[in-house]
Parts: sequence; structure tokens; C-alpha cells
Amino acid sequence: MSRADPAPLIRIRRLVKNYRRGGQEIPVLLDLDMDVAAGEFVALMGPSGSGKSTLLNLIAGIDKPSSGSIEIGGVDIADLSEAELADWRAANVGFVFQFYNLLPVLSAQDNVELPLLLTGLPSRQRAERARLALTLVGLADRAAHYPNELSGGQQQRVAIARALVSDPLLIVADEPTGDLDRLTGEEILGLLERLVLDLGKTIVMVTHDPKAAAHAGRLVHLEKGVLVDALGG
Amino acid sequence: MFLLRLLLKNAFRHKLRTVLTLIGLVVAICAFGLLRTIIDAWYAGVEASSSTRLVTRSSISLTFQLPLGYAQRIRAVDGVRAISWANWFGGVYITERNFFPQFAIDPASYLALYPEYVIADAEKLAFLRDRQAAVVGRGLANKFGWRIGDTIPLRGTIYPGTWTFNLRAIYDGVDAKTDENQMFVHWSLINESVRQSTRRAADSVGVYIVGIDEPNNAALISQRIDALFANSLAETLTETEKAFQLSFVSMSEAILVAIQAVSLIIIVIIMAVMANTMTMTARERLAEYATLRALGFPPGFVVRLLYGESLLIAAIGGALGVAATLPLAAAFARAAGTLFPVFQVSALTMALQWLAALIVGSVAAAWPAWRMSRIDIVDGLRHVA
Repeated sequence: MSRADPAPLIRIRRLVKNYRRGGQEIPVLLDLDMDVAAGEFVALMGPSGSGKSTLLNLIAGIDKPSSGSIEIGGVDIADLSEAELADWRAANVGFVFQFYNLLPVLSAQDNVELPLLLTGLPSRQRAERARLALTLVGLADRAAHYPNELSGGQQQRVAIARALVSDPLLIVADEPTGDLDRLTGEEILGLLERLVLDLGKTIVMVTHDPKAAAHAGRLVHLEKGVLVDALGG
Repeated sequence: MFLLRLLLKNAFRHKLRTVLTLIGLVVAICAFGLLRTIIDAWYAGVEASSSTRLVTRSSISLTFQLPLGYAQRIRAVDGVRAISWANWFGGVYITERNFFPQFAIDPASYLALYPEYVIADAEKLAFLRDRQAAVVGRGLANKFGWRIGDTIPLRGTIYPGTWTFNLRAIYDGVDAKTDENQMFVHWSLINESVRQSTRRAADSVGVYIVGIDEPNNAALISQRIDALFANSLAETLTETEKAFQLSFVSMSEAILVAIQAVSLIIIVIIMAVMANTMTMTARERLAEYATLRALGFPPGFVVRLLYGESLLIAAIGGALGVAATLPLAAAFARAAGTLFPVFQVSALTMALQWLAALIVGSVAAAWPAWRMSRIDIVDGLRHVA
């Protein structure tokens, strides 16, 4: 189930992922092919255990496939070592998690600045870029606030700013509205849409919520480890 | 700078836990320092001993006296520069609780051999001229509030009767290692009293102090002295002053070993406490470390965070512990009175305290840092959910 694209940003072929539990091999993803074009906003949906989070983790480079290839921007990340994968993630992937995953001891500004520590930028430039990212998500005035001083929606905006700040090829979002009320969730999804439309970002999002998925340009369904359909949004 | 800020904030994230750990560390480092200082105090006499002095005593036991006549024969031994002698007086000032060492000495020759006892010329002269005079260390004078001209009554235990001495001089130690808690009186006064009561026991001395020119010849000179009196009724044992002092320390070696063991056990206990703290900390922050790893931070960064935090807490605890040791040691020295004539926290002890704190910090972080550097990112991120 893939959409033809002459130069997809993400090109997944014959992807297989098995887990071992109690000496037993449990297949999660079965011989999966998928392409995602640059600038696409793709929503992965499916019931629990369908493998959508596993697929997202593999695309994000935080898990390794059992077999198959995942080419992102021309690099087959399945072949990368742990250290190479870490470098690759730092340069190419922005993460948005369901529970924001901000460091509670750091201000919004510092949280956003965090990924830039890996870039070797001087501190002034890091601070400037973090401020810019916070401005993009509408939280410039909350830069000095700590996560516990921000609402859930604001924390997720900070997380989006953190995902954006290193200007990655790809943003992966795992249930980004799962912990938010509908209105705030809509705001966050609107923000993600803007990142695609205005900044040309590529986003792969996992969600349970069809209304959230409707914001994506393409909806991909997984069931029992295989893609069952792919619909244009 | 960013990392340091993160370390500081992480270290004090759970203020109560950190404060309790710090209290434990301060107490442990303090106790370690204090116990080490007690051991040092035990060895203070050894440390302060001179390499140019030998001590000659009865080869049977210190309680056996040597004839005064040995003095001239020892003085004639090749390599001997000077000789003096002393007897343990063993008097009681008011009550037994006021213990301090008292020696009956041959004043002029003894003080010449001990330049570390610094006495004003006028006081020294007054002490030498008055057979009933006493000279005491500054620490002892301060403890009992004695001033020059005071009379000091001592109840004799070895030499019966009540003895009254005139305080004619107070000596200062040439350095901090010098014992300032001793009292010296005239041997001739005591000897005269002994002559009157037990004629046979007169003209005998407890130890000879032998001044030599060349410390390298100490063994040879000792042999020569002891050879002089071999097969006599009062054979001698001559050794360096250091060896003589060590023979006292060795009597309480078991206690010293126990103290040393306790000081190390304290460090091991606080190590376990701190390791537990760091393990709990790491477990609570599993999702944070997984997030950092997901963002591309290498395992070494997580290791640095945990080590940095542990070492930071250990360094703060170490600094407070070392700082608290000084007033505590001073208070302990006051409470112990003359039991430990020299009770000072040495630079080596402070360095060992720092080292102990840093070892505690390093060991405490080792296991959680190793574990956290190997976390599965996906499992770690799931931890939050």
C-alpha cells in the first residue's frame, strides 16, 4: 500500500519487525512497503497492536527492523549503527510525544534549545534559534516558564518548537493530541498543518482519533502489521 | 554552562532527598575525618619525635629504673653529643580526671635537647634557679588558667606526698605538632625526696635521652650504648625516639585498627545510601533519558548527567563535611582535654576526606549510569505512558 512518488523522502521496502516475548517470536510488521513524499502530512491509524507505533519508531530511528529497508532522504537507516543512528536522529528527526516529554527542570527556552546542544552552535545562536522556534508556535512570551507552569497545550507547543528547532527533514508525532482536550488538540493539529503548509515539513503522525487524522494529507491504516489502505486526506 | 545548569537543577529536583543525602554525606565525611584525626593524634608523639635523639631505657621494662651513673658512660660513647634524663612523675592535680603527663627532668640538659619547647629567657632562668619550679606547656596553662607565679599542688602516686610546685615558666611549641600539655619539674628535687625515704631507690632514672649528631648512625650508637651495659644488672635498650614512641602506640594497635575499620565502614555505608539515591533518581528519570537518547544524545551524555549529578552532590557534601570537621575537631579536642595533646585535622586528612567524597560520588553513579546508558529508547519512552 504505497503512493507512487518519483523521489519519496521516506521509502520503506519489505519491512519486517518481530519481537521476542518469552522465547516466542511475535511478528508486528509484515513485509511492509510504504513511501512518504517530502512535505507530506501522513497519519498512521489502526487498532491497538496493529503496529503503527512500531512503524513510527522504526521511521524515527529509535528502533531497528528485523529485516527490510527504511530509506529516509536517501539513507537506509536500517544499516546504521546505534551511534550513527543517534547522529542521524539529531540531524534529521524532530519528535512530538503524547506526553510532551519536556525536561521539567528546564524552562521552555532551554527545552527547545536542548537538541541544539548536539549541533555545536555557540550559545547565543542556540538561544536565538530557540526563541525563533518558540515564536513560531506562539509561545515567545512563555520562554522563561517551566513545564509545570504551562498548560498541556502550551507544553505540546514547546515540544513542537523543540522538534522544529534543528530544522529536521522529518517530524514524527506519536498521539500528539492524546493528552489534550478537543479544542487544544485542534490547535495543535492546526499548528502541525501549518508546519507542513508554510514550512514544507514532512510529518508522520500516529493517532487513534479519526478527527485528528483528518488534518493529515494522507491516512494510512495498519491492521495486524500490514497496510490495509491508504487514503488521500 | 548549559550542562552545569542542568546538573544543578537535577541535583536539587527532590530537595528533601538531596538534603537528606547531603546530611548523611556530611556526617560520614565528618566522622571519617574525625576518626582519622584521632589516629593522627595517637601518632602525634611519633610524628613530633626527633631523629637526633635516642632513648635508653631498661631492657626489661620501662618500669625498671637505670642507675644515674650510666649518664657519664653513655656521654662518652662515640657519636653521642649530649645526654639528659627523665622520670615519669605521675602526680594527680585535684582529681584523676585532670590527667596530664609530668616528668622530673634534669632541667638544663633536658631543655637543651628539646629546642621545640620555646621558653622566654627570663622564665627559663627562673625555672633553672628554683628547684621547686615547674614549667608547663601553653595548652596546659590555658586549660587550668595557670599563670606564672602560681603554685601547683600535685598528689604523688609514684612519689608519695603532696608536692607543691611554683610555676616559673610556660613553654610554647615550636610548631603545631609539639605537645603543649606537659609539665616538667626538677629531677633533683624528687631524687632528694627519694633519697630521704628509700635510700636504695635514689639516683635512678626512668629513661636517658641521648642527643646524637648524625641520625644515620642511630642504630650503631644504640648498639654501642647497649653493649656498654650488656650482662650488667641493668641492661639497656636504646632506640630512636620515634621507635620509642611507636612502642607506646603499638600497645593500642588493635584499637587503632578498629578505628580505621570504622572510618572505612562509614564511607561504605554512605556509599550504599548514595548509590540507592542515584538508582532511584535514575529510575524516576528513565523517560527523560529515553527522550534525550531519542533526540540524538549519545549514551555518554546520560552517563555524564548521572556522574555529574552524583559528583556534584558528593562535592557539596564533601566540602560541608570537611568544613564541619574543623570546628568539630576543635570541640572534640577541648572535650578530650589532655588525652590528645596534639589534635589537629591534617592537610592529608582533609585530602582523604575529599577523596572519600569523590569516590562515594563515583561509585554511587556507576550502576545507574551503566544501566541508563543501555536503556532501550522505545521501552524508556513507554515508561512515561
